[in-house]
Amino acid sequence: MALFINVEVDAAVARDGELVKKLIEVCPVNIFATGSGGALQIVEPNLDECTLCELCLNAAPPGTVRVVKLYGDKEVLTRKA
Amino acid sequence: MRFYEYESKRLFGKYGIPLPTGSKVARTPAEAGAIATEIAGPVVLKSQVLTGGRMKAGGVLFAETAAEAARAAEKILALTINGHKPRGVLVEARAPIAQEYYLGVTWDGVNRLPVMIFSDMGGIDVEEVAEKHPEHIAKRNFSTLFPFSDFMAKELIASIGISGSDLNRLTQIAATLARVFRDHGLTLAEINPLVRLHDGRFLCLDGHVDMEDDARDTQKGLLRELGIDPAEKRQARPPSQFEIDGAAVDAVDHRGVAGNVVEFDGDLGLVIGAGGGSLTLFDAIRKHGGRPANYCEIGGNPSVTKACALTKLILAKRGVKKIAVMMNVVSNTRVDIVARGVIKGVVESGFDPAEKIAIFRIPGSWETEGFKILRHYGVEYCDRSVSMYEAAGRAVAKMK
Repeated sequence: MALFINVEVDAAVARDGELVKKLIEVCPVNIFATGSGGALQIVEPNLDECTLCELCLNAAPPGTVRVVKLYGDKEVLTRKA
Repeated sequence: MRFYEYESKRLFGKYGIPLPTGSKVARTPAEAGAIATEIAGPVVLKSQVLTGGRMKAGGVLFAETAAEAARAAEKILALTINGHKPRGVLVEARAPIAQEYYLGVTWDGVNRLPVMIFSDMGGIDVEEVAEKHPEHIAKRNFSTLFPFSDFMAKELIASIGISGSDLNRLTQIAATLARVFRDHGLTLAEINPLVRLHDGRFLCLDGHVDMEDDARDTQKGLLRELGIDPAEKRQARPPSQFEIDGAAVDAVDHRGVAGNVVEFDGDLGLVIGAGGGSLTLFDAIRKHGGRPANYCEIGGNPSVTKACALTKLILAKRGVKKIAVMMNVVSNTRVDIVARGVIKGVVESGFDPAEKIAIFRIPGSWETEGFKILRHYGVEYCDRSVSMYEAAGRAVAKMK
C-alpha cells in the first residue's frame, strides 16, 4: 500500500481512451496502466515512486487529476483552470 | 581486481621477468602430469586461489615425477582453502634457492605517489621486516608523469648494500616491475619471494597483482590476453549472503545505486554515500565510538523501491539496532525520494521510523519535501548546518 502518494482521477478521464493513453505515456514511473475494458488503472505499487513532476496534471483537463501527498500538510496538487 | 598467481606470472612473463621453468596452470591431474613431464625434474604444485595460507592448508605440494605430480594435483584440486575452490594448479620447476628477496610496487597514500619497496629479507611479511629490520628495507616514491628509469631502481637496491652482478640483475627486474605497474593501472605488483638461485640467476617465485577496478575498461585487451573476463568481479574472500543480497537489490532496478554493502559486526546500520562522504561518515562513526554493522552505499537517485529494499536488508541483519542515513550535500539524488524509501523499508520491516532511524542527514535537492516526510514520521533529521561529523555523533549518542 502507498504510504506517501495517492493519485485520484475523475471517472470521465479514466474512461477516455485518448486521455488514458496520454497519462500512461507521460508518467515516468508507470503509475498508470490500462485496466479492463480500456479504462484507466492506477498501479498501486508504483504510487510511492511519484516524482511530483506534474506531467499527469498537465495531460488532462484542469482539476481532473489530483496528486495527494499523504504526509505533512496533505497537500493536493492539481492543475488550475 | 586481484589476479591469480598464474595470471600475475603470465603478466610478468610478458615483460620478461624471469619465471621458473614450466609455470603453467593445470585444470586436471592429467594436465599437471603432462606439465611435469615437460619440465622433466622435481616440481612444485600450487593451488590457484585468491587467498593466503595455501602452504598451511596443504595447497602447495612437491613432486619428483609426473605420476606424483598428477596425484598431488588431484589432492590440491579437491581442496577448499578459506572457502575458496582452486581455479587450477600451477605446476613449475623447483628452484634451488640461495636467497630470498621482496620486491613490490604499490600506492603510497600519504605521498600520493607510487612507491617501490625492496628488501633482501623476502618470504616473510614486509611489514614485519620494516618494523624489526629497517636496515633491510628500502622504499622510494616515483612519479606517474615521467618514465621510470633503471637508475632509480639501481639506487634503491644499492641503498641496502647490494652490488655487482646481483645489483645489475635485480635492477632490470625492479625497473620492469615498475613499468608493469604503470602501464596497466595496477594498485599492487609484488614479487615475494624474488629468489637468487645458486647459479646467480634470479626468479619470480610468487607474484601478486591487483588492478584498479576503474582500469578494467582501458585494460580489456590485457585481461583478454591473460584469459580474464573483464566483467569478472573478484574479492579477497567469497561474498557473504548479505553482500550477495545487496548486489541483487542493486541489480534488479537500474535507477541509482543502493547496494555495494560490506559487513561488520556492530549494531548501527549505515546508509551512506556521496562522493567520498561514505568513508568520511564511516570514519566519523568510528571516531565517536560507534560500531557499524555494515556499510551500504546509496546515491545517483535510487528509486523508492530500491532504497526501501536496501533498508529492509540492512534491518534484517542480525544485531542491527538502528540505522543512520547520512550523505554529503546531494545534487543528483532527491532527499524526499530517499526519505520515502528508507521510511517505507522501516515500516515494512515492522518498526517505527522515529525509533529505528537514529539520524537522517541528507541535505540537498528537494530537502524541504524530504524534511516534511521525516517530520511526519517523527524522524530526527538535520540540514547542512550540521556537519557530517556532528551528525555521526548524534547517531552514535542514540545507540547508548
